[in-house]
Amino acid sequence: MNLWASISQDQLINLAIFIPFFGAFLVGLLGKYPNLREAASIATSIILFTVVLAITDNTFHGTLMNMHWFDLFPGLSVSFLVEPLGVLFALVASFLWIVTTIYAIGYMRGNNEKNQTRFFICFALAISSVMAICFSDNLLTLFIFYEVLTLSTYPLVTHAGTKEAKEGGRIYLGILLSTSVGFLLFAILGTYAITGTLDFKPGGVFDESSPDLMVGLLLVLFCFGIGKAALMPFHRWLPSAMVAPTPVSALLHAVAVVKAGVFSILKVAVYIFGLDTLSDLATTDLILYAASGTMVIASIIAMTKDNLKARLAYSTIAQLSYIVLGAMLATAMGVIGSAMHIAAHAFGKITLFFVAGAIYTTAHKKLVSELDGIGKHMPLTMTAFTIGAISMIGLPPAAGFISKWYLLLGSLETSQWVAVIALILSTLLNAAYFIPIVYAAYFKSEPNDQKHQSHGEAPLMILIPLLITAGMTLFMFFNPELPLALAKQMLELSL
Amino acid sequence: MSLIFEHFNHWVVVILMMIGLYIVITANNLVKKVVGLNIFQSAVFLMYITMGKVVGGTAPILAEGVTQYSNPLPHVLILTAIVVGVATTAVGLSLVLRIKSAYGTIEENEFQNKEDVI
Amino acid sequence: MFEQHLAVLPVLLPLIAAPLVVLINKPRAAWLLSTLFVGACVYISFGLVSATMDGGALRYALGGWEPPWGIEMRVDSANAFVLLTVSVIATLVLLFAKESIASEVAHKQLPLFYSAYLLCLAGLSGILITGDAFNLFVFLEISSLATYTLVSLAADRRCLTAAFRYLVMGTIGATFILIGVGMLYMKTGTLNMLDLAERIQAVESHRTINTGLAFIMVGVSIKLALFPLHMWLPAAYSFAPSAVTAFLAGTATKVAIYVMLRFVFTIFGAGYVFEQMNMEIIVLVLALAGIFQCSFVATTQSNIKTLLAYSSVAQVGYIILGVSLVSLTGLTASLLHIFNHALMKAALFMAVGAVFYRMGSVQIIAFQGLGRRMPWTMSAFTIAGLSIIGVPLTVGFISKWYLVTAALEQGNWLVAFLVLVASLFAVVYIGKVIEAAYFKEPSEDADATKIKEVPVSMLIPMWLLVLANIYFGIDTSLTVSAATAGAEALLNGSSLVGGVQ
Repeated sequence: MNLWASISQDQLINLAIFIPFFGAFLVGLLGKYPNLREAASIATSIILFTVVLAITDNTFHGTLMNMHWFDLFPGLSVSFLVEPLGVLFALVASFLWIVTTIYAIGYMRGNNEKNQTRFFICFALAISSVMAICFSDNLLTLFIFYEVLTLSTYPLVTHAGTKEAKEGGRIYLGILLSTSVGFLLFAILGTYAITGTLDFKPGGVFDESSPDLMVGLLLVLFCFGIGKAALMPFHRWLPSAMVAPTPVSALLHAVAVVKAGVFSILKVAVYIFGLDTLSDLATTDLILYAASGTMVIASIIAMTKDNLKARLAYSTIAQLSYIVLGAMLATAMGVIGSAMHIAAHAFGKITLFFVAGAIYTTAHKKLVSELDGIGKHMPLTMTAFTIGAISMIGLPPAAGFISKWYLLLGSLETSQWVAVIALILSTLLNAAYFIPIVYAAYFKSEPNDQKHQSHGEAPLMILIPLLITAGMTLFMFFNPELPLALAKQMLELSL
Repeated sequence: MSLIFEHFNHWVVVILMMIGLYIVITANNLVKKVVGLNIFQSAVFLMYITMGKVVGGTAPILAEGVTQYSNPLPHVLILTAIVVGVATTAVGLSLVLRIKSAYGTIEENEFQNKEDVI
Repeated sequence: MFEQHLAVLPVLLPLIAAPLVVLINKPRAAWLLSTLFVGACVYISFGLVSATMDGGALRYALGGWEPPWGIEMRVDSANAFVLLTVSVIATLVLLFAKESIASEVAHKQLPLFYSAYLLCLAGLSGILITGDAFNLFVFLEISSLATYTLVSLAADRRCLTAAFRYLVMGTIGATFILIGVGMLYMKTGTLNMLDLAERIQAVESHRTINTGLAFIMVGVSIKLALFPLHMWLPAAYSFAPSAVTAFLAGTATKVAIYVMLRFVFTIFGAGYVFEQMNMEIIVLVLALAGIFQCSFVATTQSNIKTLLAYSSVAQVGYIILGVSLVSLTGLTASLLHIFNHALMKAALFMAVGAVFYRMGSVQIIAFQGLGRRMPWTMSAFTIAGLSIIGVPLTVGFISKWYLVTAALEQGNWLVAFLVLVASLFAVVYIGKVIEAAYFKEPSEDADATKIKEVPVSMLIPMWLLVLANIYFGIDTSLTVSAATAGAEALLNGSSLVGGVQ
């Protein structure tokens, strides 16, 4: 990328973290002028994306970028290092931030939401901490920005200020903070006590001298401690967070926050434990079963939810467990599948959330049972929904098929029959709760008895973003090279 | 028996101390609590004073024909402690005065019901 | 000329200023004079910290009487560090107090307030720098008597009973220390701390010494509010004037903790206290019980000052926990947390004081909707609160990190886990206030629309503390090295006793 050629490559990391940070600042300054403020948001997101593209470009050319901020403790620093998995996540998050910003402007204005400035500030801060998580070089840095992400998204969850929102916010903060402090921090300190380092190292930091029992325990603590990955039984925060405005649910609770969770698990699995250590640990199977169980149970719960966003939330919980499952397979196939699924699920799920928001904005409907015949009014929107749903189920020609294919191959390769059965079962269940929505939207007739206001498609600011993400879902099926290349580069590093 | 008589000063100290603490804990009247505190402290003063006493020794003043003196240091120390004790009593009593004017009573059970004293 | 008297100046300056303030008898002039003198103490403390950083000690024979006959002032890196904490907090609280106290204490009593404040500071500094066990008791009582007075100055009449209760408990505690010191003197014939240390090692485990240890530990535990001897603290903190609470929370218990460290490590020696008497188990259990019980009680309070007071008792538990681990890292964690907790609690109590200044109440209802009306105060509260919780990039995280590392170093995984779990209570009780401030509408009856931000003179010291919370949470080199030096001084003090004279 020539755009940033004049800047030292290491500085790109600082740029990626500080651009959204200053964006937040700018949004705060321009709070009184909504149009300028929104322009600032969009400009920031586009600039950020170009920076991430430059970083991607450097990564493919094998340039190593690192950045040391300061030593928090003697020998333990807050520092950053670019590696392929982080680049993949950063690409997805920064690209979707542009789309979501446009969508959010349409949504927030369309619904006359209050406190829009605070909303956009917190949004930008959250992205800033996501960037820091992507590029963190050690567990300490990861943990710090993990917590910053939790705190900066809390005001977004409680945005509405209603009793329900506050209750949701309390559960959100309660679960995420208590798991991170009680388990994750404990696991980090335990790792430090055993190995004397917190750096992410290809191949892992544990060696033969580390006591197996403790390392196994640490894995459990890590996986449940990273509450953002929503492994059952620490998943309750995700449905609670759905009280937030839809753009928040879309980007943060389908992409940035939850992906930060599974990304952290994947990173810990690859760079702290290492695939070899992982495959020897007894507890790896335990987590694998927990992930399989989460997949099936969350899918079953999703079937019972009539609120569209709640159904999507439980679907998210199930899909996150795909990624955890892939990491716990501890094979190349599994990890590639997980990495791919981070991107695939992001595009698919954000589309679905965008659609939910579009329906809410134009038709003021929140429930699945109200959607009969809505396909006639909003054909484009429902087409996008169909594409997203196909990706969730894992059928061609959508991106979800590719990642699920790798995950299934990985499970077969390691003879993890529980995982195989869970994947198949989950696919069927996914179909069972998405296809009826599509069917009802197109083939059921609208109920005549209720007063039905006529409406068309959502405003363009809402419609275009969801068409873009739906398009990306299809595009990624035909052109999965970029994420595949990044995932493979990561594996090469660690082998 | 020797345990009692050889250390009788300690027994006095211990008994006075217990009496003092008992009053502080059980007394209902705040002035009595201050009195209890005083008895408790006096017991400690006694402990220090008897500690300095040397059997057969006189007051520590240089005089002809005297070779054995009591240790003056604990006595000096306890002078300081007595001053501290008096100051504490003064602060305590002045607090009691202000409590009397604010609550109209210095009986603990009488105001404890009216106010939630933590 | 000052150079050679540096060690005694932190006591002398406030002691000289205290009567002057009463003689001047004009509130503004009294405030100015106090601030000048206390500010000078900060400057001197900085000098003392840098002078002792290399592990040496400054010794000063009071009145020219050589120890062990005369009283010795002795500054090493441990007490210099605590002294700096105390004088910095004292200065900032004094800046804050100008407006805050004027609204809570009767006008003609203001010079008396400043006088008592200075006396209290003189006593606290005296405790820190003295090298004489009996002298320590005297300074302890000077500071305590001044504290009782300060607590009783508030307008709410409940402060009187709180002060009285504090007086009774405090006097019992101090007298226990006096008894203990007497026992030590009885056996060793000296009161100089280093002398004591040497001679105790020679006769250790004698019954008199054991009894002395027991009395001193109980007495100090009352003073530092170790669970379950903490009952005086919540009442005193709740009803004292806001500035006094901020001052006490940042200094009084911290100095008492220092007294415990001094007795345990320098005088008795860690080997005797922990290896022979096995005190660490008792202290560990009490510290953990205090952390859990008081954190839990804090979550149930509706008076925010009481809530923070219980939180303080819990935080004392963390500090004592670090001591009970008896290791360099553990002691470093304790000393760090003495400093860090002073920063966060003083900031929190100042914020609460600011709310009281405007709302006239510290009940949680008064906080509703303040996020908009007093944005600076409430954001200060939020940041300091995050620090109590131990969120990264604040000092609270640093303390917690060291404490847990110290526990893990000894393979004590259970304690490490409990410490982390206990910090979740802080999420609940701090979260309660933040939620009220930002996500609840103001209560109807108050003239809520008239509420505005407090004067800048109150905001500046508050925000200085808040910024310090963040700064020392990021750049830890200064605090960690000072705390490590202090911990080394304490640990060496107990092992190198013979060589010091």
